[in-house]
Order: sequence, then C-alpha cells, then structure tokens
Amino acid sequence: MDTRLLMMQLAYLLSAVLFILGLKRLSHPDTARGGNQLAAIGMLVAVVATLLGGEIITWQWIVGGLLIGAVVGGFMARFVKMTAMPQMVGLFNGFGGLASGLVAAAEYLRYTHGKVLEGGVVVSDVPLDSSISILIGTLIGAVTFSGSLVAFGKLQGVVTEKAVKFTGQQFLNAGLFLGILALMGWLIISTPGAITGADPSSVNMWYWGLWGAAMLLGILLVIPIGGADMPVVVSLLNSYSGLAASAAGFVLNNNVLIISGALVGASGLILTRIMCKAMNRSLANVIFGSFGEAAGKGPVAKGEKRTMADVNDVQADDVAMLLAYAKQVVIVPGYGLAVAQAQHKLRELCDNLESRGVNVKYVVHPVAGRMPGHMNVLLAEANVPYNQLYEPEDVNPDMANVDACLVVGANDVVNPAARDDPDSDLYGMPIIEVDRSKHTVVMKRSLNPGFAGLDNELFYLRNTMMLFGDAGDSIGRILEEVKQL
Amino acid sequence: MTATMPDILVNVIIFVLAIFIGFEVITKVPPTLHTPLMSGSNAISGISIVGALVIAGMGEGTLFDIIGVVAVIAATINVVGGFMVTDRMLQMFRRDTDTN
Repeated sequence: MDTRLLMMQLAYLLSAVLFILGLKRLSHPDTARGGNQLAAIGMLVAVVATLLGGEIITWQWIVGGLLIGAVVGGFMARFVKMTAMPQMVGLFNGFGGLASGLVAAAEYLRYTHGKVLEGGVVVSDVPLDSSISILIGTLIGAVTFSGSLVAFGKLQGVVTEKAVKFTGQQFLNAGLFLGILALMGWLIISTPGAITGADPSSVNMWYWGLWGAAMLLGILLVIPIGGADMPVVVSLLNSYSGLAASAAGFVLNNNVLIISGALVGASGLILTRIMCKAMNRSLANVIFGSFGEAAGKGPVAKGEKRTMADVNDVQADDVAMLLAYAKQVVIVPGYGLAVAQAQHKLRELCDNLESRGVNVKYVVHPVAGRMPGHMNVLLAEANVPYNQLYEPEDVNPDMANVDACLVVGANDVVNPAARDDPDSDLYGMPIIEVDRSKHTVVMKRSLNPGFAGLDNELFYLRNTMMLFGDAGDSIGRILEEVKQL
Repeated sequence: MTATMPDILVNVIIFVLAIFIGFEVITKVPPTLHTPLMSGSNAISGISIVGALVIAGMGEGTLFDIIGVVAVIAATINVVGGFMVTDRMLQMFRRDTDTN
C-alpha cells in the first residue's frame, strides 16, 4: 500500500472515531453541541482525505457540486422554522439516500460501460458480492429517497397527511417487492454476459427500471402512514439512510462508509423502537396496520353521536381564572402547538403564571408532534429550560393533585380510551392521564377527531373544558385576561 | 495460514461490529435530544459524499459527470444542512440553573 493510500485510510479511521465520539456526546444535553461539532469535523476530515488521496482527475464538477450543495443546505438550515423541523429532517434524509443510491448506480454503470479495468483489460465478470452490494445499495437508496420525499410532502402538507389506503394494498406491495427481488436476481445473472455482449446498454435499462420500481415501493410504503404515526416513519427512514450509506460502503469497499452508515442505522433503529414503545405498537403494526380505520369501535359508535351540546364550552376568561388561582398546572403540548406556532406565547403565559406563584410543569409525550423530540425543540426555541420538561411517568402518579391541565393541540396522547377501553385502537398506549386531574382545559380548533381518526372521551368529561379556536389566539387571550386579574 | 479474507467478509464483520457500537453508544438518549440526535446522525449518513466526490472527479464521461454532480449536491445538502441545523437547535437548549 503506498503512502498516499495509507494516509487516506488512516484519515478515514480518524473520521469514524470522531463520528463515534460525536454520537456519544450527542446523547447528553450538556455535551450535545460539542458532539455535533466533533462529528462535523469528522466529516470534513473524510472529505479532505478523499480530495487529496482519491485520484481526482477533474475538479469542476466537484467544486460546483460542493458549492451548490453547501449554499442550498446552509440556506435551508439557517432559515427553516423550528416548527418545520420534521419535514426538514425528512428532506435531508432523502438527499442522503439519493446520494448513496447514485454511488451504487455509478459503480454499476462503470461495469456495463467497460470502465472497470484489470491489468488494462475490461472486466467482464462482475463479482457476485459486488453485484449484490450494488443492487441492495440501489434498492435501499431509492426507497429512502422516495419514501422521504413522501414523508416530506405529508409533513409539509403537499400530500395528504391522512393514511391513504386502498383494497389490495398489501398484495400490491408484496407483489412489487417480489418483482424487485426477481429483477435483482435477473440483473445479477445477466449483467456479466451483457458486458461482453454486443449491447451492454440492454441491462442498463433494466437497472434504471429497478430504480423506478424501488422508488415506487418507497412511495407505497409511506403513503398509508397517518400523521400521528409520522415519528415512527421519520425514525425508520433515518435508519434506512444510514443503511444506504453502509451499502454504498460495501460497493466501494470503503470502511468509513460502512461504519458511519451502521452507526446511523443503529441510532435510527433505537429511536424507532422508542417511538413504537411509546405507542405500545409493533413496527409491523405501524407500517401495515389498519390503525384508525376501525372508527366504529370508539365510545361514539357504541352510544349516540356526540355533539357540541355534550361538551363544556368555555371562554378565555374562565380559563384565565382557573389557571391564575391554581397551585399546580400541567401543560401538555401537541402537534397543534406547532401548527399554531404558539410556543412563545405559551412560554409567556407560563412565565406570568409562575410569577404569581403557580407551579407549572410541561409534560411531553414521546410521540407528541411529528418527529421524536419535536415538542422539546419547540419549547427550547421558546427558551423553556429542558429540565422543566417532564415525561408522562414523572407526573401521572401525582395527577390527582394537579389543579389544572392545559392541553394545547394534543389529542391521542391524552385519550383515556388508551387506558380504559380494550376495544380502542389506542388501547395499551401509555398516556398523560390528564382526566385524573381536577380540571382539564383542552384547546382545539374544532371537535374533529385527531389524526388517528378516533374520538376522545376526554372532551365530554364533566371536569373537562373545551376552548375552541386557534391555539395561538386562545393563549394570547388567556394571557391578557390573566394580566388583568 | 496466509490466506487473506475476501473483502465482503471483512466488510460484513466491520458492519456488524459497528452496529453494536452504535447500539452501545446511543442507549438511553433523553427524549429532549431525540430530534437533534436524529438530524445529527442524519448528517453523518451523508458520508456517501466520499463516494460521490470520487465519481464526480473520475472524468469518465458525461453520464458519470451528471451522476457524480447530482450525488455531490445531494450529499452536501445532507451534510452541511444536517450539521448546521443540528447546531442551531442545540444552541437553544439550556438548563435552568435556578430550579433543581
């Protein structure tokens, strides 16, 4: 091994070490920022090592690509709203998957275009391990790319957030997957012959067909996922983007790609598992389950249809009175907080309450929002210290002593059916038991069910008050009223 | 025994060990950090940029130039955007020293 290659490999090893140390620090609040910077340095080391040691012949595409990518990525990162973070991460995920898939594509096309030489002779026999790596890399990369784009579209509101389901969907997906496997098998067998044959481009068309089929699969896998299940899917796609990078590493025989991709794959899987656990559902149930379809099972279908007459509809001044004279208040934020972008006003209200001697706790459910930790980021933006945020199990035991719970745009995570109704789709999901507190105020735009499509018995309980309207406006009005008390 | 292991076997070994390191390193992430961990690790998965740079620079013709430059752009957006947005989020996280 010559010195140049040796230096490059050692630099890659250094990057892998920096990634591991960076990830380790990312999992503790006090060291997280340094950890992220360490990982960024690791990436810089890998890029510089490649540019110096990677036998680069033409530079214009590299420089142009790096510049465009850095400007676009930097611009997006700088100006994205914190409420739009889930779709942002989804989009970045997709770009990562695309890059990994294209690396595999280039390697495949190098074989079929006779660019892979050994001793000056065109290699005609693609080694089995290379072709398998290339095709798997293509599959994962393309699925990650299109799946992430659909997730982005759903989160951005370009594609419907509702679960898109049709009859025969599972069969279509299974059939498509089997078809993809068959195509991959065919490509493995036919590629070596095509390279030596008269028309190498005949297999190229089928290779791009694999891209098309894999992207279709990515779309079909994400389109049936409803909004409330997005945290699971975003985590899973995060894991896929890592595996795609690993697969690209197998293609190039590059260890730093394999290691980094595996780290990300593992981290995404851990988050996926945490999300599934927080909903008490298996991953298979999230991806293939018919969640929310059995709407007929809820308490509504059992009895009569509920109407506005059944709820305790209140105004901002009632809520202000309740909160201002409470001892212990619990805030439960949900996706509605992000939609209304009301995190700053909420913080202002809570500050005012605290200055009156009210004890305020924010309780964040792990799947609140559209990605893991979504609410934590919003509240951090509004300057709420992270050690004021609590997990459901921290407050549930004391819930009977809480004077008022303020539910801001959350629904399923406070649905008592998850605890009480074995027939409910939510049954078994750990919830924040606001119904056990003395009073609950639910802020909601209307009585429409949440994204899981399920009605919520909480809204009709005697100690629940409903404050209808945009969460931002409502909180603003409560704040005005509180100030006058 | 002087026989060397085939590349694929070495790669699989590295992959499996790295998965285990990943699980060990990232156990017990506090929920507060779920989003930054995800966007930060997502930026790391942009390591494919290494492969993309080689394609864009190998000068094998227009097809490879196009694939290479698209891959470099996509990977760079992933890397630069991912690390920057993670940093932007993490600088907002603060501990309140007055309570607890």
